[in-house]
Amino acid sequence: MSAAGAEPVLQIAIAAKRYRSKGAEPVEAVRDLSFGVGAGEIVCLIGPSGAGKTTTLRILLGLDTDFEGRVSGADHAGMVFQEPRLLPWRSVEHNVRLGLPRARRGRDLDGLFAQLGLTPWRGSYPKALSLGMQRRVALARALADAPRVLVLDEPFVSLDDTAAAELRGLVVDTVDAAGMSVLMVTHNVTEAIGIADRLLLVSKRPATLIADVTLDRPRGQRDRAWAEATRATLAAQHPGIIAE
Amino acid sequence: MGALTRIASLVVLVAAWQVAALEAGSRLLPAPMAVLHFIIQEAERGDLAHNVGVTLLRVAISFAVAMVLGILLGVALGRSKAADATLDTPLLVLLNTPALVITVLAYVWVGLTETAAILAVVLNKLPNVAVIVREGARNLDPGLDEMARAYRFDRRTWVLDVLVPQLQPYVVTAARSGLSLAWKIVLVVELLGRPDGVGFAINYYFVQSTDVAAIIGYSLVFMTVMIGIDVLLLQRLEAHVRRWR
Repeated sequence: MSAAGAEPVLQIAIAAKRYRSKGAEPVEAVRDLSFGVGAGEIVCLIGPSGAGKTTTLRILLGLDTDFEGRVSGADHAGMVFQEPRLLPWRSVEHNVRLGLPRARRGRDLDGLFAQLGLTPWRGSYPKALSLGMQRRVALARALADAPRVLVLDEPFVSLDDTAAAELRGLVVDTVDAAGMSVLMVTHNVTEAIGIADRLLLVSKRPATLIADVTLDRPRGQRDRAWAEATRATLAAQHPGIIAE
Repeated sequence: MGALTRIASLVVLVAAWQVAALEAGSRLLPAPMAVLHFIIQEAERGDLAHNVGVTLLRVAISFAVAMVLGILLGVALGRSKAADATLDTPLLVLLNTPALVITVLAYVWVGLTETAAILAVVLNKLPNVAVIVREGARNLDPGLDEMARAYRFDRRTWVLDVLVPQLQPYVVTAARSGLSLAWKIVLVVELLGRPDGVGFAINYYFVQSTDVAAIIGYSLVFMTVMIGIDVLLLQRLEAHVRRWR
């Protein structure tokens, strides 16, 4: 699925991002982080926690504009936050429709609800759902407007193995079918090796790009042994970033 | 079980009142029946409906004005540090000014008019509403705000789907405490400078004849009306806004 050579859909070039606070030295969160994401590519951003990965996503989405550099391509991205961030006072149906601009909110979403297994829950409030199901609702909201780009921040964290595997399968099937580009932040290397076309390894604060690794084995042929071997190789090459 | 306990406690209260009235044997502590007798008489004269109606109208108008202004002010204070820094002190002063002082000054400066009466009640109640709603506006979930920005919510969607539902519990709290506050202040305002209303009537029977049956009768009728509004309207509204929890 890798789109090497094609014009990237997403382009990120952050020269510097600093957090300023009164009376303290500014903290540099990101330095010289540049990469692109091609059409139909799944790219995982991997690094230690607190490395500035979420900051990078916030900059990409225009939620943080106080940085040096340029980003482009995320104007109509679908976003899944680490916490589902659903409106608890609105039904599942209403929450998903909020992913659409007001003029298109009435459109037929039966297919999307069915695809994500949410049809029986359309009228429920988010509180009635498990975390895994709430994440599905958040994913449905991100997909409602059929975006070209999907941005995911640790979408499978704190789910049990079964729920995480189910949701991972849904994400991969959906983006492959639609030819979407995906940028996903995770600290789970094995998970990333399972689904990504490329892995971007970033350092501790300030986040800077250490390695851009292309995984060229087709996703369908990645077994456990291959994943573990790949992980071991990466861990040997980048001991500070990936634990043995 | 709850309803039975409530009725039982009411019966005990009325019985205790009856016993106390019999023991006292004084005009200054009339028995329940004497009060009921006054209420019926006053109703037949038409004065009861007129006075209660006038007072209710004053409560409704001043309550509505104070709620609307208080909500707008509270949201502004909670969302803008500059607005909060500018208006916090005047608000604190107003919050700590006795209702009586505000009322007297309103009559002195505006005149003994209906406008002055409404203004006095609004000024008494407004800071309470603003302070409660400010708390709500300060506690808005930043994660939901960020989500709304990521999905480029238009202003109307943000207000109706993100802001209002988060403020609703605070607004209902302000409304419930505000309503009981408003009617108590309306009575004072009427007592000091209006020719009708429950506050006027209570003052009239106090000054004219120290008719305690009349004073208790008017209070009881009006309290019943206000409790009815709270139970039938505001408590249901509260249950409605909390239904998703």
